Amino acid sequence: MPSSIQGLSTIRILSQYHANLWIGGILFALIVLAGVFAPWLAHTDPVMDADLMNSGLPPGHDFWFGTDDQGRDIYSRVLYGARVSLTVGIGSQLINTVIGVALGLSAGYWGGWWDDFINGLTNMMLAIPSLVFALAIMAILSPGLTSLLIALGLTNWSFTCRLSRASTLSVKSQGYVQAAKVLGYSDLRIMATQILPNILGPIVIIATLGMGGAVLAEAALSFLGLGIKPPFPSWGSMLSDAREQMMLAPWISIFPGLAIFATVLSLNLLGDGLRDILDPQSRTRRT
Amino acid sequence: MLQYLVRRIVQMIPILLAVALLIFVVFSVIPGTFASSVGADGRGMLDDKVIERMNEQFGLNDPVYVRFGQYVLDLMQLDLGDSFRTRRPVVEELASRALPTLRLIAGSMLFAIVIGLPLGFLAALKPGTLLDSVSMVTAVSGLSIPKFWLGLLMMFLFALTLGWLPSFGYGSGGLRHLILPSIALGVAPMALLARTTRAAVLDILNADFVRTARSKGMSEIRVVRWHLVRNALVIVLTTIGLQFGTVIGEAVVIEQLFSWPGIGSLMVDSVTLRDIPVVQGCILVIVLFFLVVNMLIDVLCAIIDPRIKYD
Amino acid sequence: MTDDTLLSVEGLCIDLMIGDRPHSAVTDVSFSIRRGETFGLVGESGCGKSVTSLAVIGLLKHPLIRAGGRILLDGEDLTTVSASRMRALRGARIAMIFQEPMTALNPLSPIGRQIAEMFVLHKGATWHEADRLAVKALGNVRVPAPERRVKDYPHQLSGGMRQRVMIAIALACDPDLLLADEPTTALDVTVQAEILELIRDLSSARGTAVMMISHDLGLIANMCARVGVMYAGRLVEQQEADSVFRNPQHPYTQGLIASLPLLGARARHGRKALNEIRGVVPAVADFPKGCRFNPRCERSTDLCVETDPDRTWLESGGFVRCHHHG
Repeated sequence: MPSSIQGLSTIRILSQYHANLWIGGILFALIVLAGVFAPWLAHTDPVMDADLMNSGLPPGHDFWFGTDDQGRDIYSRVLYGARVSLTVGIGSQLINTVIGVALGLSAGYWGGWWDDFINGLTNMMLAIPSLVFALAIMAILSPGLTSLLIALGLTNWSFTCRLSRASTLSVKSQGYVQAAKVLGYSDLRIMATQILPNILGPIVIIATLGMGGAVLAEAALSFLGLGIKPPFPSWGSMLSDAREQMMLAPWISIFPGLAIFATVLSLNLLGDGLRDILDPQSRTRRT
Repeated sequence: MLQYLVRRIVQMIPILLAVALLIFVVFSVIPGTFASSVGADGRGMLDDKVIERMNEQFGLNDPVYVRFGQYVLDLMQLDLGDSFRTRRPVVEELASRALPTLRLIAGSMLFAIVIGLPLGFLAALKPGTLLDSVSMVTAVSGLSIPKFWLGLLMMFLFALTLGWLPSFGYGSGGLRHLILPSIALGVAPMALLARTTRAAVLDILNADFVRTARSKGMSEIRVVRWHLVRNALVIVLTTIGLQFGTVIGEAVVIEQLFSWPGIGSLMVDSVTLRDIPVVQGCILVIVLFFLVVNMLIDVLCAIIDPRIKYD
Repeated sequence: MTDDTLLSVEGLCIDLMIGDRPHSAVTDVSFSIRRGETFGLVGESGCGKSVTSLAVIGLLKHPLIRAGGRILLDGEDLTTVSASRMRALRGARIAMIFQEPMTALNPLSPIGRQIAEMFVLHKGATWHEADRLAVKALGNVRVPAPERRVKDYPHQLSGGMRQRVMIAIALACDPDLLLADEPTTALDVTVQAEILELIRDLSSARGTAVMMISHDLGLIANMCARVGVMYAGRLVEQQEADSVFRNPQHPYTQGLIASLPLLGARARHGRKALNEIRGVVPAVADFPKGCRFNPRCERSTDLCVETDPDRTWLESGGFVRCHHHG
């Protein structure tokens, strides 16, 4: 009875060369560059250049992505929209990560009542869907970039916290941590120099994937009119505008949506690729 | 088993209380304290209308613990206050909107399970093949696509252009109106479920006890039926439970997009209009629902996996 | 091949795929097991003994593939039979027990069920009959109160108990050959003896041949009639058990035996360092060209570095692969 050899399939080649990582990384880098260099890459000012004479034009030579009902160039607005989405996406996830790591690491390290308290807090946060919580916070803040950063930055830290805590618990008992204690390092120093570097792997992965989630969340909030207010371009609010124009100018909805999709996809691929490298035991096995 | 059930129910209570406290802090304490904060845009951080209504309904002059005590007492009597906007009790507002939301969640999770589970399962049984790659690429795309954009596109294609399905609204509660919103909402959980199922099944197929099963002379079909399903089910059920949470959250946006008269759109409207009591009520109801669903799933897992009870 | 030869492995080669390239993990291994005989396969971790047994029962999975040789069970070549025929044989005529009883049983299924499966699979029994037979099988492996324990789940049992369940499963349908891959390595010392005794008693009572795989020389000496010594994918020596231990021919075997700590040695010879074989077992990808043991061997010569030795048949009936054996 012969054992069969698995043929060289595309997936095996791709996973060998970490296709995830490269495609995701390059795509994300391109989007970041597009956002950073928006003023040079754009054709018009995204807010001011609104000529009603040009309203509702389909994609063409002058306006690559067409124009919206106000006559603004969608291509330029998409480019500028990248700035908003990326700022909120990266910024809020950074806040989340800092909060999550700080709470989780300290909870795991010190234990005791602080640990119990953080656990309770985390359980509570996990019971509230993050978009709902973000919405609730936006209910008391006025819309704008800072508010978005705060709202989204406070809603997604629970998983990072759990992860940090679990990693800290397993690292805590390692020899080098005990050694540091014996040498008289302060708690803070131990946490920062001994524990933190060793738990970063999975945290970076979660942070990358979380950025994708944050971009989606910002888009959703802006779509609902609770995020970045018009006329400043945000992919989400552009889609909200597009909704009214569905029948007449369907192209308005395609490009901002595509932009969101591409950004989140790149982040997801990047996160998956990082997971394959940094945390191979937890990857979705390929063979 | 009964003991486990009771234990899980009791565990829900402190979380609910904590959420109530959080809501209280967010909506009563913070506005009072940060009333004059200014954000980076130079505009006032807190909306004037919020502060005004706070003072009006919540009597911000009483000490904090008095206010919280009153709040909890009200909660226990199921008194969630009155809506700023309609002056009707919040409970009434919520009750009238509950059914559409439940239907939407049921529809989307059903879509996610019916498509995602088999997809992940099949992908795991034939790893490295075209089916596997296509499934996983679909999955990662499904996770990356903005749901409301997908909803918009589907609306355009199936409703406005082809006219097969209604483009918005609840209709008379019929199935036709449920389809587009359910799919838009269900694609992401479907994708995650496909990935998780695939990973779980692959893990199990490589497990020692499956090797034992094969050494008994079992065909792969039998291995799957007798040994794989139960073991994969626990992981899958847990994922489904967590996905309910995400779905409930995202339902908010889909309801708004499709003008679906549910709790989600109620919440959005209330947030826009700063109708704080309704917002609070919505959060409590949503959290309660999520906790109950997860508790039921935990109990289900405990039935399947005899190791869980002895925790 | 005489009439009472049950299993005959001829020139078995197993490759390990690293990336896309095959490396020979088991090279030209040949041995035979007679009906009712207990044959021991001894060697360090990584020498290929487990993989050999997996090949016999047909459970090799990527990245391991069978690359050549024949495996004859009562004359039937297992390397060429259909998958369904192999499945019929597995469990019914060849059974296997594994090293880790912790993980070898389905955690979500009662142990009685897992034993009963054998009867449903191979004897066409109904579940009702099979459950009854499972109770009996559990009793045969000396589990007290079997009718109660069949409802237990694996996590409720100790390691020794779980291994008994594994044995019950393996011997349920009276196979001709039992492959035992380090069955006691993961168990407490006190339990090890019981399990080995169980295996010995049951196999001799039923006439089951046993291929016992272990790194423990003492265990092998106690249990086996004939012994094969494996090193780096090659069967370097095979003799009757007595001969292997009293008159080992291969330097590796001699090294293994010499490195056994002897009780009372210190009293007799004073304090000495424990004997060891210098060097380490090479990785599959780095097997030396000639004799695979030559980098660690004291008798190694240029011939050894160049040429992999063939089998030299011994008077006692076994063989050795060494240019300088004896």
